[in-house]
Amino acid sequence: MSATSTAVRRKRAATAGFHLGAGALAVLWLLPIALVLVTSLRSFDDIAVHGLGSWPRSFTLDNFRQAWVDGGQQRALINSLVVTIPCVLVTLALAAMAAFALSRYEVPFRRSLLLLMLGGNLLPPQILLIPVSKLSELMGVYDTLPALIGVQIGFGVGFYVFVLHGFMRAIPVEIQQAALIDGAGPWQIFRRIILPLTRPALAALSFTWIFNDLLWAITVLRSDSKMPITGALIGLQGQFVSMWNVIAAGSVIAAAPTVAVFLRFQRHFVAGLNLGAVK
Amino acid sequence: MAVLTVPERTSPAPPPPRGRRTRGPRRTPPLVLAFLLVPLLAEAVWVFWPALQGFYLALTNWDGVSAPEFVGLGNFREMAHDQVFRTAAVDTVLWLVLFGGLSALLGLGAALLLQQERRGVGFYRAALFRPVVFSLVATALVWQAIYQPDGVLNQLLETVGLGSLRHAWLADQDTALYAVIVPALWRQVGYVMVLYLAGLKGIDPALYEAAKVDGAGPWQRFRHVTLPQLRGVNAVVLSVIIIDSLRSFDVVWSLTRGGPYHSSELLSTYMYSTAFQSLRLGYGSALAVVIFVLAFGVIASYLVRAFREAD
Repeated sequence: MSATSTAVRRKRAATAGFHLGAGALAVLWLLPIALVLVTSLRSFDDIAVHGLGSWPRSFTLDNFRQAWVDGGQQRALINSLVVTIPCVLVTLALAAMAAFALSRYEVPFRRSLLLLMLGGNLLPPQILLIPVSKLSELMGVYDTLPALIGVQIGFGVGFYVFVLHGFMRAIPVEIQQAALIDGAGPWQIFRRIILPLTRPALAALSFTWIFNDLLWAITVLRSDSKMPITGALIGLQGQFVSMWNVIAAGSVIAAAPTVAVFLRFQRHFVAGLNLGAVK
Repeated sequence: MAVLTVPERTSPAPPPPRGRRTRGPRRTPPLVLAFLLVPLLAEAVWVFWPALQGFYLALTNWDGVSAPEFVGLGNFREMAHDQVFRTAAVDTVLWLVLFGGLSALLGLGAALLLQQERRGVGFYRAALFRPVVFSLVATALVWQAIYQPDGVLNQLLETVGLGSLRHAWLADQDTALYAVIVPALWRQVGYVMVLYLAGLKGIDPALYEAAKVDGAGPWQRFRHVTLPQLRGVNAVVLSVIIIDSLRSFDVVWSLTRGGPYHSSELLSTYMYSTAFQSLRLGYGSALAVVIFVLAFGVIASYLVRAFREAD
């Protein structure tokens, strides 16, 4: 047997080994997702008789109706979007403004301010929970969506200021100077040059982040009718105890928007997680 | 999920000269100051001011209705004799070691396995990464179905002849904590993998070539090229997992609420139930201060590094 054919064979074995290992890992990771998808489409009786792990012997979309209507997921999803979308827009706009000021102008104490803002975002939320819930009572917004919007913006903005500051530092000053010579004021520079930098990466990241939050929601909200989808899912767990078909359907509904955002912005999303590294 | 940025690698180009000329205009227009002050105000109202209050409240007894009563370090003295606090602290350390350590190891392992661009690798990466976009609540509910007494895990054990291991995984004090860690890991590994993949991509292939020429085997290349080159990413991963571990709340809350009998209690869940269910707001604040102190080292060292790079 010639040396080359041994080499080819060895390479093939290595490739097969790779796919075997990586494939097994992928299956292990996808199995729970497959399980919840299948469970969400089975009837209660089927699960009760044959168990959760059995091959499905029924097909129904009624679970989704139950979660959506009886479980209040429709309202919860609307609440989530009402909170998440303004949060993403306002947080990124505010962060871009601050980052613009800090990276482009000789603001006094600029480095300290930048790190102060980042530091606020790194704090463990626990230290803020009690005062924030009392503060929202004081401001008369406890148990309303604006309270959740406010705290999400306040807590999130520091991180994006830091990241965008990194982006903006990388833009050559000459561009800004050219714009100045052309008579553009700070506002125009911000609008035309800086704001477009607030990339989809950050939007996708912050959407997922805010949409998936539970802790802030249960800190400033109490009524079931105000809860976003994460809080509603916990309510569903209590309302439909052991009705795994409905709980699974609820989980699918809760995960669908972030999965959709992820699939739409996949590249940006992964880039978002690696901001510094891919800059 | 905490997201931190990976520090910039030192670029081959020399850094631009420091000094006034490389920066923008010297005078700060009022509009620009407003640009800075509005976000700062938002953060001050919702973060800085509450944080200061949090530290003060830790020194008080407060039921949330009458005025807080100042008790000095009384809450911290109480902790010393609080059995539940001790359990929660031990569990938090266990969580840090198991959740943090395993997610770093598995994430690095997955990144090493999937670093090469080849057929199918995109699918495998996407599979490992997919849970990252799920909320921890949804993740928890998926795994709750798996862990049920008549759930998938027990059925699986039965099928492979290990029926004697059947178990109410979440209801047993000995297994609850570990049963909660697994879903958290399932979701975290893909995230750590993405961080390491980016780090591995940044390593100059010439280094591996040089090591190969010098006769280094795969293990030596990993030990002497890959690991040292990943130092920056390692530091970020370390910060992420410590901050995430101390913040972990959603998954425990959704699965066990810290029970049974506090066996899966973390400091974060104990703090929440003390504050918002037992309405002991002063003691809850003191517990939050403990969490803050534990996180402080990581936060400070991360900020110091950020400070060096910020200019």
